[in-house]
Amino acid sequence: MLKVIGLHTEYVSDKGVVVQAAKDVSFEVPKGKLFTLLGPSGCGKTTTLRSIAGLEKPTQGVIEVSGRTLFSSEQNLFTPPNKRGFGMVFQSYAIWPHMTVFQNASFPMEVGQKKFSPGEIKERVMRVLESVELAQYHDRDATRLSGGQQQRLALARALVMEPQLLLLDEPLSNLDAKLREKMRFEVKKIQRELDITTIYVTHDQAEALALSHEIAVMSQGRIVQRGTPREIYETPKNTFVADFVGAINFINASITAIHAGDNLMTLESEIGVVQVPFDPTSQVGDAVQICVRPENVHLSEDTPQVPHNNRFNGLVDQKIFLGEVLDFQVKLGEKVILARVHPSHKTPVGHTIHLHFDPQNCVIFKTTRN
Amino acid sequence: MQTPVAPAPLEHLKVGLDPKWLVIGVCLVVVGFLALVPFGFMVWQSFLTPETADAPSIFTLNNYITAYTNPETIKTLGNSIEFALGASFLAFTIGTALAWMNERTNTPMRRLFYALSIIPLIIPSILFSIAWIMLASPKIGLLNMVAQSWFGFENPPFNIYSMWGMIWVDGLHYSPMAFLLMTAAFKAMDPSLEESAVMSGSSVLRTLWRITLRLAFPAIVATILTLFVRAIESFEVPALLGLPAGIQVFTSAIYEAIHQFPSQLGLASAFSVLLLVITSGGIYIQARISASGSKYVTVTGKGFRPRSIDLGNWRILTTGIFVVYFLLIVVLPFFVLLWSSLQKFYAPPSMEALNHLTLDGYRYVLGSSDILNAVFNSLWMAVACATIVMILSAVVCWVVVKTKIPGRWLLDNMASLPMVFPGLVLGVSIMIFYLTFDIGIYGTFWIILLAYVTRFMPYGLRYNTTSMIQIHKDLEDSAGMSGAGWLTVFTRVILPLLKPGMLAGWIYVLIVCVRELSSSILLYSPGKEVISIVIWELWENGQYVELSALSVLFILMLLVLVVIAQAIGKRFGVKEVS
Repeated sequence: MLKVIGLHTEYVSDKGVVVQAAKDVSFEVPKGKLFTLLGPSGCGKTTTLRSIAGLEKPTQGVIEVSGRTLFSSEQNLFTPPNKRGFGMVFQSYAIWPHMTVFQNASFPMEVGQKKFSPGEIKERVMRVLESVELAQYHDRDATRLSGGQQQRLALARALVMEPQLLLLDEPLSNLDAKLREKMRFEVKKIQRELDITTIYVTHDQAEALALSHEIAVMSQGRIVQRGTPREIYETPKNTFVADFVGAINFINASITAIHAGDNLMTLESEIGVVQVPFDPTSQVGDAVQICVRPENVHLSEDTPQVPHNNRFNGLVDQKIFLGEVLDFQVKLGEKVILARVHPSHKTPVGHTIHLHFDPQNCVIFKTTRN
Repeated sequence: MQTPVAPAPLEHLKVGLDPKWLVIGVCLVVVGFLALVPFGFMVWQSFLTPETADAPSIFTLNNYITAYTNPETIKTLGNSIEFALGASFLAFTIGTALAWMNERTNTPMRRLFYALSIIPLIIPSILFSIAWIMLASPKIGLLNMVAQSWFGFENPPFNIYSMWGMIWVDGLHYSPMAFLLMTAAFKAMDPSLEESAVMSGSSVLRTLWRITLRLAFPAIVATILTLFVRAIESFEVPALLGLPAGIQVFTSAIYEAIHQFPSQLGLASAFSVLLLVITSGGIYIQARISASGSKYVTVTGKGFRPRSIDLGNWRILTTGIFVVYFLLIVVLPFFVLLWSSLQKFYAPPSMEALNHLTLDGYRYVLGSSDILNAVFNSLWMAVACATIVMILSAVVCWVVVKTKIPGRWLLDNMASLPMVFPGLVLGVSIMIFYLTFDIGIYGTFWIILLAYVTRFMPYGLRYNTTSMIQIHKDLEDSAGMSGAGWLTVFTRVILPLLKPGMLAGWIYVLIVCVRELSSSILLYSPGKEVISIVIWELWENGQYVELSALSVLFILMLLVLVVIAQAIGKRFGVKEVS
C-alpha cells in the first residue's frame, strides 16, 4: 500500500554542514498494517516519516501510496502535504490552544478540498470524539485537557478525515509511564479496529514490540533490520539491533569446534566453554560475540539438571529488585552476566550460584577485527 | 549550676545590623525616591498656580482648563494619535513582514540580515531625522533632486515636513524593534502547530490566517502597543519635522511650553500628565496581555527544529526587499551624512561638488573644545549612569527574584515605573522638583545624571532579571551552608554569576545614555552640553557640515560599542535582551 524506494534526505545544519539524515531507505507496508520505524535519536526515523508526510522534501527516491506517486525525484514530482490526505499525530500533539476540543477536531473537515455540511461535520466529529472518549469535553478549551486527553484529541483530529495513512511521530513519549502503557493498548485497539495503515516512529523498543506488525530498526540514516517484533527480538542481525532492542549480555569468544551433525558449535569464551547453534557461515578460529538475553539466563542454588553443557558457577555480585522480576548480576571470573529471574530467588549477595542458558537461546555475531 | 544565656540578645543585635537589610533598605529608598518623588511632585504642581514674589501658589484647575479647553489641544491630541498610530502601524507592518521572511522562509542571507537589523536602532533618532531631511526635504532633499532631474518631476515629489513624512521617518526607524519582537514571537511558536494544520489539508495562506496569526495575536497586540507608546513619546521626529510645518504633538507642545518666555511650567505639567496617562495605559494593557498570553505558550521543552517554507523563485523578490530596506534604513541615511560631512558648504552630490571634497568639517569637530568637552561629558556620565544602574538594579532584582520578602513586587513595580515616563516628561518633572527644592544640583551635570539613572533603571533591571532567573537558588544556599554571610554570598557568588548579563546591560545602558536627548534638552545649561545637545544646537545654527561630520563619528563610535557588546555577549553566551 505504501511504498518507499531509495529515499535519501539531506539538510544543511545551522553551521552550514550538509547532514545526511536518511540514506537509501526502502520499505513497503501492506494495507491495514502497523509499521514501526525504531531507532535512537538522530537515526533518521523522523526525517523518513516527515518525508512521507510531505513536510520534508527528500533529495532522492520515490514515495507511492496505493499506486499513486506522491514524490519522485526523477520525475520531479512532489505533492504538497495538504494534498496528500494523511492523518498525523505530532510528538508535541500540536493541539491549537486558541480553539476548543471540537474546533480542533473539526478543523481538517473545514479546510480540506472536500466540502462538508455543518450537520455532517458535527456528526462525524462527535463520533470520532466518542471513540477517543472525549465527547463530553467537546466545548472545552483544548488547553484545559490533560496530557493524555490532548494526545487522544490529536489522534481524533488525525482520524476524523478517515485517512488512508496514519502517521504517528513518537505520540506517547510525552506521557508518564503509567499512561504510556495504557495508551499503547488504546492505539493498538484503534489501529486494529479501523484497520488503518499506520507508520509509527519511536525510540522506545517496548512500544515498538508491543504495537507493530513489522519493525524497521534504523541507525545512522539506514534501515539495519526489518522484521516482525519476534524476529527483531529473538534473532537480531547485528550487535546494534541486539543491544538497542532489550537488555542483552555480550560474551567475547572464539570458535574451537563445529559439530554440524549435532547442529552445534563449541566456543572458548571469557566465561569458559559455551555451546551455540550451528551457523553455516562460521569457521573454526572466528572471533565472535555471543549474545544471550537476561531472561534466558537461569539460576539455581543446586547443580542444574539440564540437557546441555552451558552451565557455570558464579558469585552473586548485586541484586536489583524491580517488582515483577529480579535482576541478578553474577560474576563469572571478571565477567558480569545479567540474569532476569523470578523474584522468588533468594540467594544472598556474595554466595555462589549456578547459572545456565540453553544453546538455542544464543545468537552469535562475528567480531570485526580492526 | 546555671549557664548564662547572655549570647542571645547579642545575636539579636547582630541580626538587626545585618548588612543585607542595610543594602536592601538603601536601595529601596533610592529607587523609591528616583521613581516616585519628582513625578508625584509634578502632578501636585500641575494643580497649583505659579509662585511669585507677592503671591503664594494656590490650588487651581486652571492649568488643566487652559490646556484642555484650548481647541489647539484637541488638534494636538489628534495629531499625536494620528502620528503614533501611523508610525506604529508602519513599523509593525514592515517589521512583521521582515520577521516572517526571516524566520519562516528560505530567503538567502537571512542570518546576515538578522545581524544587520540592529544597526538602525543604534543610529540616534535625531541623526536619522536629519539624514532624512537631507534626503527628502523639498529644498535640499537628495531624493527630490534625483526625482526632478532624472524623472522630470516639476515639483519636488517628497515633502518630509508633513504628517506623512513624520510617520515615514519614525515608523521606518523603529521597524527593527518590531522586527525583533515579532521574530521572538515566531521563534517561540511550535512549528508543528502549523504543520498539523497543513497535514489536515489546509493551504499555506489559510494556515497563516487561521493558525499562525491567531496564535501570534497576543504578541501582535503587545508589539503594536509597545510601538505606539514609543511613538507617542517620540520627541526628535515631531520637533525636527513637525514644528517647521506647524504640526504639534504632545512632546513638541511640552517643549514649546517650556521654551517660551516666561516658561509655562503648569501647562507643560498638564500636558505631561495626559501623555503619561496614555503611555501608562498602553504599557498596563500590554503587561496584562503578556500575562494572559501564558495560555498560548507552546513550548514543550524540546527544541524546535527550524523549518522554512520554500519560496522558489519568490526568493529573488524577498531578497530584493531585504536589500531595498537596508538601503532605506542604513545606507542612504549614512551616505547622505557622510557626503555632507565632506563638503565646505552643504551641496547635493554632483561631479562639481565631488571636486570640492574637504575634511574641514572633521577638522572643525576635532578642533572644537566645546564639542570635545561635550563628548567627554557624555562619556563620563554614561559610564557613571551605567555603573549605578547595573549595581542598583542587581540588588533590586535579587530581592524580587530570590527572596520572599513581602511587598517585593512593589519594589519591582517601582523600579520599572520610569518605563512609562516619556523622556521629556521625566525632564519636566525633575526640572520642576529641583527648581523648587534647590539643593544645588539644578544647572549642573548631576541633574542630568539623575535623569539618566531614573530613566534607564528599568533597562538594567531587565538585563539583570534575565540572568538572575538562571541562577539556581541552590548555588546561593550551598554558599550559605559553607558558612558565608549574605554580603559574601552576594559579592562572591551572585555578582560573578551575573557578570556576563551585567556587562551586556552595562554597555547597553552606556549606549542609550550617550544617545539620550529628550530629557537632557530640558535639563542642560549652556556651557554644560552633552553630544546629543551639541548636535541639536548645530542643527539650530544651520551648521550642517560640522553636524554631519560629528554625526558620522558618533555613529561609528556607537557601532564600535555595539560590536564590543555583542562580542562580550557571545563570549559569555548571553542572549540578546530585546
